[in-house]
Amino acid sequence: MTAALPARRPPAGRGLAGLRVPAWLGTPVRRLVTAVAVLWAAATTAYAALLLAPGDTVDILVGDGADTPEIRAQIVAEWGLDRPEAVRYLSYLGRLLHGDLGRSYQLQRDVGEILAGQVGPTVRLTLAAAAVGVVLAVAVAVATAGRSVWPRRIVSAAELVAVSVPQFVIGIVLLFVFSFSLGWFPVSGAADPQALVLPALALGLPVAGVLGQVLREGLERALEQPFAVTARSRGLSERAVVARHALRHALLPAVTLAGWFTGVLLGGAVITEALFGRPGLGRVTMQAVTGKDMPVVMAVVILSAAVYVTISALLDLAYRLIDPRLRSA
Amino acid sequence: MTELAVTRAHPAAAGAAPLVAVEDLRVSFPASGVEAVRGLSLSIAPGECVALVGESGSGKSVTARSLIGLAGPGATVRASAFRVGGGDALTFGPREWRRVRGRFAGLVLQDALVSLDPLRTVGAEITEVLAEHDVVPRPARPERVRALLAAVGVPDPDARAGQHPHQLSGGLRQRALIASAIAAEPELIIADEPTTALDVTVQAQILRLLAERKAAGTALLMISHDLAVVAAIADRVLVMKDGLVVEEGPAREVLTTPRHDYTRELLAAVPSMSAGSRRPTGTLSPTPAPRDPVLAVTGVSVAYGSRRAVDGVSFRLHAGETLGVVGESGSGKTTLARLALGLLAPDAGEVSLRGGPWSALPERRRRPLRPAIQVIAQNPLDSFDPRHTVGRLVADPLSALPRRQRRERAIELLGRVGLPPELLGRRPRELSGGQRQRVAIARALASRPEVLICDEPVSALDVSVQAQVLDLLAEIQAEDGTALLFISHDLGVVRHLSDRVLVMKDGRVVEEGDVDEVFRHPRHPYTRELLAAVPRLPCSPDERVTG
Amino acid sequence: MAVAAPVARSAARSAARAGARVRPGLVLALLVLAVLVVAVAAPGLITRVDPLAADPLRALAPPGAGHPLGTDHLGRDVFARVVYGARHSLGIGALATALAVGAGSLLGLAAGLAARLAGEALARLFDVLSTFPELLLALLVIAITGPGTWNVVVAIGIAQIPTYARVVRAQTFVVRRSGYVEQAVTFGHSRARVVARHVLPNVVGPVPVLATIGLGQAVIATSGLSFLGMGPQPPAPEWGTMLAESRDYLRVASWVAFSPGVALTLSVVCLTVAGRHLQRRFEGRTP
Repeated sequence: MTAALPARRPPAGRGLAGLRVPAWLGTPVRRLVTAVAVLWAAATTAYAALLLAPGDTVDILVGDGADTPEIRAQIVAEWGLDRPEAVRYLSYLGRLLHGDLGRSYQLQRDVGEILAGQVGPTVRLTLAAAAVGVVLAVAVAVATAGRSVWPRRIVSAAELVAVSVPQFVIGIVLLFVFSFSLGWFPVSGAADPQALVLPALALGLPVAGVLGQVLREGLERALEQPFAVTARSRGLSERAVVARHALRHALLPAVTLAGWFTGVLLGGAVITEALFGRPGLGRVTMQAVTGKDMPVVMAVVILSAAVYVTISALLDLAYRLIDPRLRSA
Repeated sequence: MTELAVTRAHPAAAGAAPLVAVEDLRVSFPASGVEAVRGLSLSIAPGECVALVGESGSGKSVTARSLIGLAGPGATVRASAFRVGGGDALTFGPREWRRVRGRFAGLVLQDALVSLDPLRTVGAEITEVLAEHDVVPRPARPERVRALLAAVGVPDPDARAGQHPHQLSGGLRQRALIASAIAAEPELIIADEPTTALDVTVQAQILRLLAERKAAGTALLMISHDLAVVAAIADRVLVMKDGLVVEEGPAREVLTTPRHDYTRELLAAVPSMSAGSRRPTGTLSPTPAPRDPVLAVTGVSVAYGSRRAVDGVSFRLHAGETLGVVGESGSGKTTLARLALGLLAPDAGEVSLRGGPWSALPERRRRPLRPAIQVIAQNPLDSFDPRHTVGRLVADPLSALPRRQRRERAIELLGRVGLPPELLGRRPRELSGGQRQRVAIARALASRPEVLICDEPVSALDVSVQAQVLDLLAEIQAEDGTALLFISHDLGVVRHLSDRVLVMKDGRVVEEGDVDEVFRHPRHPYTRELLAAVPRLPCSPDERVTG
Repeated sequence: MAVAAPVARSAARSAARAGARVRPGLVLALLVLAVLVVAVAAPGLITRVDPLAADPLRALAPPGAGHPLGTDHLGRDVFARVVYGARHSLGIGALATALAVGAGSLLGLAAGLAARLAGEALARLFDVLSTFPELLLALLVIAITGPGTWNVVVAIGIAQIPTYARVVRAQTFVVRRSGYVEQAVTFGHSRARVVARHVLPNVVGPVPVLATIGLGQAVIATSGLSFLGMGPQPPAPEWGTMLAESRDYLRVASWVAFSPGVALTLSVVCLTVAGRHLQRRFEGRTP
């Protein structure tokens, strides 16, 4: 889904995934514990979905694929369906620990293999979109924070629209203007770098909207703080006060949001890839959901949790670098 | 780096041009329709210390900030003459103002925890001034930062320069803030409530430091709500009220023989440290008869983790008596209040109420007794349900009464604290600070408590409002014979109201006794230190007779 | 008091003035929302044209007489489809939000009021669940249930539960530890009374505000799933489905995409504007 609103942003000042672990565990240990917890929860949620689904587990795992006695026997063996419930669950976790994401019985290929082949285009798309979002948001926020009323009104209206327009509507507008009318960019595919421009914009603009709002709010709040008054009283120009003092403060809430942006980008990639006919993880996910290929769907859930965990850990580090109060705490 | 203290030739020669000369200064905020300053004239001579004194909303801060072009966003500043640092400030553009700021005048605000950038090191903050005004070439800057920190009395300046504000104690970071304000060797320091967030002993140190800067030839514009703080350092005092100066003159004159009613009112309201000011109503005998105590605390201790917040504290509180508890921040005063209220269970020791068990009871059995012991908190707004009107708030403890009687009783209670019944339908946010605290008192009285615990009840109030609330408490006690446990960091306030006093430090009671005895002949060194640190008004003639 | 009172009063007055000032944006948003409510409740009042009636001879006709917003590839009236589409897009969004808010608030309250260990465990569960991208969680549900109107309601509802549960739990926690709840305890009120009179009202208060903003996001999610072909199945006129169908004719008939796109965007913008207004008013009232 597209970007949600800052009103629903996760509470600031919490660590990885908002989890709290007793302070006596050192920071690196804590980060590891929470990361493992999130991954375990993702794996268990996917597994629970499989169990909760109505009908026979074998039928579900076959999905819309070819249903032969050989495949059924293979499923029973690989998922340990002839063994007790607990053993099944543990062997599922054990398999994941070895990096084995299971097998798609529809495609008769290893899920890991399927996903690995599609990671590249999706990574390119999400990174490009993140860059679009961050660059636009920072530029606009710095340019308008503390300015007179009218530029701020215009920008905040633009942000409101960017936040409210679904990614696929932005995408369709971009397609209509730049592909069909002007012919600047290809309609679909992922062959050349030019084909990345429109999808990245469609995916990145809503992120820019939310991020821009958060940054501008943060800048304006920081500029009202006593330390900003002190900085001005030293003879600093307003631009220097923003650059040297306020921007870092404004970045803090934005950084806590960044883990959430990862989710928005991953989810949005599904829609963007469908709209622009790009290959990638989103396309694979859609095919799997449509064909009820559960092993692939489950693997996508686990993979996205892993991506989230990694990025959160990096951001946690960034947060500590920006805010010394957390370092010594 | 002793040269720092006297780098500039002393300009305070007689007849030198004033640093600042403003006439008919008017500052307004058209967006909100507020006229903060309405025609003020001010001049500051080189090396002089001028104090602007007034209560909140009097326009003193806005005045001070206007002098460096920082009156605030959307402010309109007008004046018939406005000379700052030898230039005509009426013609200043952003560039000229930036030359004034830091170089001509340094600004010291309240609470360095937020007035220094919390994300940057103290050294970086000071270096910023050196760089902006190119005071010394880049390679010499670290050495200059070290020297500045040393000059303001920060020990181990090399290590401190690399630390962030939150890693320093309140006193040290206020010193660092002052170091950054004087880094470009300004001729004027503007200090806006520079000691307000500090404990009294630290306040004394910072005031001494500012006095040193003054002695070194720097002029000082000091803004404070506290007349006593100003008395120690100011040459001249301007008393402000509603954007106007109501009285102006040499400090000693203004503080001892005030001419304006408002100044007299302010001075009278300051809870004096001298004897004889206690108990304005004077209806109760200061030594209660030896009866059973209503509240008895015996050897209570509470630890948060490894820190002992309260450590083996005992006291007795009798009906009609006021027991003051003084101590600086972190001394365990508020924890003691929560223990007495039965909101926190002691790790050791016991609290008993009316001779029966209290802390030892399970909450279910404590509930019926709770109306007997009530609390008035420092910030009443926090203690009010944000959705409720004044009427509902005051009637909240009266759940046993039928609706009609509850309303009548609420009106009666408001009347007792001097509030009109029209306020019943209002929300606390619409009230002034004093009115809010009166509502809190009315609510605390609703259940006719025998013990009233007041936790810093007047700390957030202006001094004139403070005096009214203290008088109200004394009056209520005289009428009802309520026992008061009065907690405050302010020794003057405690002395004003208490019969006996406990002095707390680090969770322990270091001294205890009759309030006059303790204040006149303190036995414990810490009490002596506290008392010595309290800023005092110069004695007026009548006090000299009795004191 | 003499000094402080006028200041406080004038501040209160100026705040009241600001609140009473008519905001054209808000009025416009409320008008649009009123029209949308009519479209959801009684689309027949707005258009008499059948949104499903196909006329292959008039396929992809540009806006003009008879078809104010043109026709789609099957010759169906775009205006009628947009009007009837409100019921699907907004209706599903509203039901999903109701599910998420209801379940999320109950779970959040439970976690906030429960004994320390149980509450912590629930809270950690919400934290973990809210780390998943909502769309993927919804797709996981759809993978099991298959596409369809009610399945989308359930999928989006479930996907958004953790968000509300977290917010409500955090709010419960704040209120439980607030000065006014502690004060109520000192009056000797029972735990049930304190919870009912002070905790619940202050926790539940902000929920409608959240739900208004959340509804906009749920509508986006609904149309997103429909765009992917998981929502109400053709020929049902859902805005996201209409957009998906229009993509193939974008070059020759942009109006087919234009109308549902505008309807969708306008709905979400208006919901957001209204939600933020509520939020500002709410925050202005509580400290």
